Amino acid sequence: MAHAETLDAHDAHGDAATHHASSNLAHHFDNLEQQREAGSLGMWLFLVTEIMFFGGLFTGYIIYRTQHPQAFAIASSTLDWKLGALNTVVLIVSSLTMALAVYFAQMGSRRMQIIFLVVTMLLGAVFLVVKGFEYADKFEHHHFPSTNFVWEDKDIPATVAPAERDEMKHHIQMFYWIYFAMTGLHALHMIIGIGAMMFLIFYAYRGRYTPEYHAPVELTGLYWHFVDIVWIFLFPLLYLLGAHLAGGTH
Amino acid sequence: MSSHDPSNPPPSSSEPSGLGMIGSRARFGHENYINANYGIKSWLLTKDHKRIALLYLASITVFFILGGIYALTIRLELLTPAGDIVQPMTYNKLFTQHGIIMIFFFLIPSIPAVLGNFLIPLMIGAKDLAFPKLNLLSWYLYLAGALFTIWALLNGGIDTGWTFYTPYSTTFSNSYVVAAGLGIFINGFSSILTGLNFIVTIHTMRAPGMTWFRLPLFIWSHYATSLIMILGTPVIAITILLVALERIVHIGIFDPRLGGDPVLFQHFFWFYSHPAVYIMILPSMGVVSELISTHSRKNVFGYSFVAFSSLAIAVFGFLVWGHHLFTSSQSVYAGMIFSFVSFAVAIPSAVKVFNWTATLYKGSISYDTPMLYALGFIGLFTLGGLTGLFLAALGLDVHLTDSYFIVAHFHYIMVGGALMGYLGGLHNWWPKITGRMYPEGWGRFGALVIFVGFNLTFFPQFLLGYLGMPRRYHAYAEEFQVLNVMSTAGASILGFGLLIPGIYFIWSMRYGKFAPANPWAATGLEWRTMSPPPTENFVRTPVVTWEAYEYRPMEEMEVIGPDKGNTAQPAHGEATRT
Amino acid sequence: MQLPRLPFTPEQASTVSGEVDALYTYLVAITLFFSVLVTVLIFYFAVKYRRRSENELPQPIAGSVKLETMWTVIPFLIAMTIFVWGASLYFTLYRPPKDAIEIYVVGKQWMWKFQHTEGQREINELHVPVGAKVKLTMTTEDVIHSFAVPAFRIRSDVVPGRYTFAWFEATKTGRYHLFCTEFCGTNHSGMIGWVEVMEPTAYQAWLAGGGSDSPAAQGEKMFQSLGCATCHRADTQGRGPVLTGVFGKLQRIQGVGDVTADEAYLRESITNPAAKVVEGFQPIMPSYQGQVSEEQLLQLIAYIRSLGAPDQGTTMTNAGAGQEEPSTTTGIAPDAQRSNPLAPTSPNQMQRNTAPPGGLSPQGRRSSSGTGGTGTSQTGGGGGNSNNR
Repeated sequence: MAHAETLDAHDAHGDAATHHASSNLAHHFDNLEQQREAGSLGMWLFLVTEIMFFGGLFTGYIIYRTQHPQAFAIASSTLDWKLGALNTVVLIVSSLTMALAVYFAQMGSRRMQIIFLVVTMLLGAVFLVVKGFEYADKFEHHHFPSTNFVWEDKDIPATVAPAERDEMKHHIQMFYWIYFAMTGLHALHMIIGIGAMMFLIFYAYRGRYTPEYHAPVELTGLYWHFVDIVWIFLFPLLYLLGAHLAGGTH
Repeated sequence: MSSHDPSNPPPSSSEPSGLGMIGSRARFGHENYINANYGIKSWLLTKDHKRIALLYLASITVFFILGGIYALTIRLELLTPAGDIVQPMTYNKLFTQHGIIMIFFFLIPSIPAVLGNFLIPLMIGAKDLAFPKLNLLSWYLYLAGALFTIWALLNGGIDTGWTFYTPYSTTFSNSYVVAAGLGIFINGFSSILTGLNFIVTIHTMRAPGMTWFRLPLFIWSHYATSLIMILGTPVIAITILLVALERIVHIGIFDPRLGGDPVLFQHFFWFYSHPAVYIMILPSMGVVSELISTHSRKNVFGYSFVAFSSLAIAVFGFLVWGHHLFTSSQSVYAGMIFSFVSFAVAIPSAVKVFNWTATLYKGSISYDTPMLYALGFIGLFTLGGLTGLFLAALGLDVHLTDSYFIVAHFHYIMVGGALMGYLGGLHNWWPKITGRMYPEGWGRFGALVIFVGFNLTFFPQFLLGYLGMPRRYHAYAEEFQVLNVMSTAGASILGFGLLIPGIYFIWSMRYGKFAPANPWAATGLEWRTMSPPPTENFVRTPVVTWEAYEYRPMEEMEVIGPDKGNTAQPAHGEATRT
Repeated sequence: MQLPRLPFTPEQASTVSGEVDALYTYLVAITLFFSVLVTVLIFYFAVKYRRRSENELPQPIAGSVKLETMWTVIPFLIAMTIFVWGASLYFTLYRPPKDAIEIYVVGKQWMWKFQHTEGQREINELHVPVGAKVKLTMTTEDVIHSFAVPAFRIRSDVVPGRYTFAWFEATKTGRYHLFCTEFCGTNHSGMIGWVEVMEPTAYQAWLAGGGSDSPAAQGEKMFQSLGCATCHRADTQGRGPVLTGVFGKLQRIQGVGDVTADEAYLRESITNPAAKVVEGFQPIMPSYQGQVSEEQLLQLIAYIRSLGAPDQGTTMTNAGAGQEEPSTTTGIAPDAQRSNPLAPTSPNQMQRNTAPPGGLSPQGRRSSSGTGGTGTSQTGGGGGNSNNR
C-alpha cells in the first residue's frame, strides 16, 4: 500500500543537508550498513502486515468455500483460467527480471539494471491490462457484485435443481465479491509496485545506485516478489476451482 | 517537592519573552528541539520524533476531552432510571462515539504515539526513529482517520456501539457507519506504521553498548506492543473494510439471509480487538516499570521475567479472542479452550504485579506524583486483572457478560491501567519534554482526586453488573439507581480531577521551574541528555557501559551536554554504595 | 454448596443461581486476598522504605528465580481451579436437559415473543411453572439479541439464522427481570420484560386460559398450506423423505455422512434445502427462505417434531380449524396478548392432538412439575398425559 513507497522514498531521498558520510545516508543513521538493515527489516515487517491483511480475506474465502463448495466451483468456472495462467506466467517472468535488476544493481551495471526494471514494469503493465480485460468482461456480464448483479440460469449446470438456484446465486455473488476484493487489492499492490519502479528507473538513470547503495532496488524487489507470491495463491484458489466444469460454459 | 540537586543546573531564567509558551534559546541556554526553529511549518513538516510526539500529544488531548464530554453526558443521563435527558437514539450515539474516540483515537495512540515516540530513540541512544518520514505520515494518517470519524459524528453520528456488531451495523443503523469505519481503517495504518517504525528502530538503532538486556523495560513493552500493532491491525482493517463494503453493496458475507455468518464478524473483530486491549495496557506497564524503579531508586525486580512477560502477553493475547463469544453460540468446547488460554494470559500480568511490588522492597521510595500514579496503577490494575478472571470463568461469564460488570472491568484496565500509566508517564517525563517542572503539590493533589473519583465511578459498576444491569441501557430499572448515582458522582469528581493536571501542565510550560537534565536521578539514557533534548537527542553518541537500572550517585551519572568535556561517554567508576 | 450470600447479588431464583453465586463468592475471596495482599505490601513498603534523604542509594536486589517460580505457579494453579469450576458450570448451563418444557422464543426489534407448546403466545412476558425445567429455543428476525434473566443467572445470545438454547429451572415464584443484553438498536433498553414464575397449578390455569393453537398444530396448517405434504407424504411414495419419526434421528446425507435431524438441521433444510440432501433423494425442494417467518419456521419444526412414530399416521386434523385466532402469522399486536393472558379458551384448541404415543419426546416432560394430570383441558386423546406436540 501507500507506505511501501514512502518507505523506499525515505531511503531514496535522504535529507541532503545533513549527510554525514555519503549523500545516500540519512542524517539519523550512523552508517549505510545500519540504514540498509533498517530498510530491509522494515520491508519484511511491512510484508508481515500484508500477509495479515490478505490473511483476513483468505480466511473469509476458506470459510465460505467450505460452506458453499458447489457455488464456488460454478462461479470459478466462468473465470477464464487461460488468461489467469497467462498472467501467472507474466508475473513469474517479471519476478525473474526483477531479481536480475537487483543483481545488476549490486554489480553496479546501470544500463542492465534500467533495462530489467523497464522490462519488469512492462510485464506488470501487461498483467494489469489482461486483468483489465477480464474485469471489463465481468462488468459486461453484470458479474460485478453490486445491486445489479445478474447470473443467468444457463450459467448454472443443469444438474442443479431449479429450486436451489436463487440460493446458489447469492453464493456465486459472494464468490465474485471475494474475487474482486482479492484481485482488486492485488492489482492495487501491482500499481504501487510499478509506481515505485518509476522512481527507481529515474534514480538509476541518474546513477544513484551503486554496489554500496542500492537498498531501494532490493526493497522494491522484495515487495514485488511478495505481490507475485500472493498471485500464485490467488490463481489456483480463484481460477482453477471449477476448471473441470469450465468446458460447458465457456 | 522532589527537586534533587541538579548536576547540570540550567542557566538562570531570563524574563519570558512573551512569544509562545515554551522557551527560546535565551531561556534554556542551549539549542534544543523546541527552539531549533520556529513557525507552524517547522512543526507540521517536522521529521523529529520529539516534535511528532508533541503533535500527537496535542491531538489526542483534543480527542480525550471530546470523549470525556461524551462520558460525562452518559453518566448524567444515567443519574435517573428514566431516560429523560437525551433521546434513546442520542444516548446510543453517545456511548458509541465515546467508545470509538476513546479507544481508537485516544487509548491506542496515547502512550505509544506520545511517550513512545518521544522516548524510544532517547532511551536507546538513537538520533531519531528509523523512518522519520513514515513517522510523520503516521500522524497525518491519524489525523485523516480522525477527520473522517469526526465528519461522521458531525453528520449525525452512528449508534452501533464501538464493536460494530453485524448485522446491526451492516443492515440497520445508518450509513455513516461507512465513514466512521473508513476513519478507523485509515487510523489503523497509523498504528501499523508506528509499530513497524518502533520495531525497526529497536532492532537497528541502539547505541553502542545498549544490548537487549540493557534496554529499559519501557522499550520491551513497546516492542511487544508493536508486534501486536503490526499483526493485529491489518485484520481489523480488512474487517472494517468488509463491513463498509457489505453496507454499500450488500454482499452478505456477514448477513445470514444471504448465506453469511454474523458471528464470523465477531471472530474477526475480536481477533484484533482483544490484542488491542494489550496495545493499550502493555505500554502502560512499561511506563510503570520505569516509574517504580526511578522513584524507588531500585532496579526492577526480576528484569527478564518482566521483559518476557510482555512478549508472552503479546503472543497469548492473540489466542484468547473467543472469550468474548462465550454466550454467542460458539461450541462449548471452543469456549473451554479460549477460557483456558485466557487464564494462562492472566499469569504474566500477575507476574508483573508481583515484580513491581517486590521492586519496592528496601527501595528509597519517594512520593512524587509519577510514583503516586504508578502505585495507583498497581492497585487498580490488580483489581481490573482479577475481575478479568471472573469473566474468563465460563459459567460465571454467562451471568456477567454484557452487564455493567464488563464495563467496570475494562474501565479498570483501560482507565485505571492505561490512563494512570499515561498520566504518570507524562508527569515523569514532562521535565524532559518541556524543560519545565510541573508543580509537585498540585500534582499529588490531582493524582489523589483522580484516584478517588475513578474508584467511585467504576467500583459501583461491578456491583451493578452482578445485580444484572445490562450495559448500553438508556433507561434502567429503579433498583439500580443508588449505585448509578454514586457512579455519576464519581464521574464528576474524576472529570474535575483530570482538569487539574490539564491546567497546571499548561501553566508550567510558561511558569514552571526549569528542569535539570535529570530531576529524578534516574538511570535511563534519556536523562543523560539535556532537558529539553537537542534536535538529534545527544550532542555525542552515548556509549552504554552500565546495566539497566544501575543507580549510582548523581555525580557519576554524567550528562552529555554542550559544555561538558570531550569524554564521549559518562564516567563509570566502581563507586561504593551507601 | 451453602455459602453465605454476598451483598449486592440478585435474587437466587433458579437451580443454577446458587452454583453461580458459589463460584462468584470463591472469586471474590481470591480477589480480596490478592488485592489486599498487594495493597498492604505497597503501603507497608511505601512507609517503611520512604526516602529519608535525597542522596539515598539502596542496594540493588537482582531478583529471585525461586520467588518468580512461586508467583507464576501458585496463581496458575489457582487459575486452573477457577477454570475447571467455571467450565463445569458452563456445561450445566448450556446442556439443556432432555425432560424440559419447550418454549420457543423469537427476538425482534424491540420485543420478545414467546410461544408455549400448548399454543399460548406472549410478548415481553414469560410464564413458567416453578420447579420445572424449561428449555428455550431461540432465534431472531433481525439483529443479534441476547436473552438474560439475572435472577436465573442465564444468558444466551439470539443470533439470526440459527437456533440458540437456554434452559433453567425456577425455584421460587415471583416476577423476575428479563433483559436484552446485546445492543440491538434504538430502543435496546426497552427490550425488556418479565419472567413470571408461578405455582404449577396456577400455571396450568394460566395455560388453560387463552392462547391459540399449539405451535405444532399451527405448523401443521403451514405444512398443508405451503403444500409440503404433496412431496413429504406419510407413505414412502413422495418425492421427499417421509418426515414421520425423523426428528432427533440420524439422517444419511449425500456427501456428508450422518447428521442428526435437530432444529438447526430442519431449519436449514427448509431455508436452504440443497445444503444437506438425504441420500436417495433429488435436490428439488425449493427454498422457503423469506416465505416463512422465524416464528412459522419454529412452528413447522414443532410439527415435524410432533410426528413421532411412523405408525401414528399423521393426524390430518382439519387445516381450517382455529381460524378465530388469526395469530398464526407473524405480527401479533404487542398488547393483544399481554392485556389478556387469561382470555377464554378457544373451543377448538383442546382436540388438537398431535402428540405421539410415547415418541421421541420423553414422557411426561412436565411431570417434574408435580402436577401429574391436573385438570387441564390439554390432555388429548393420544397417550396419557402427553402434552400435545
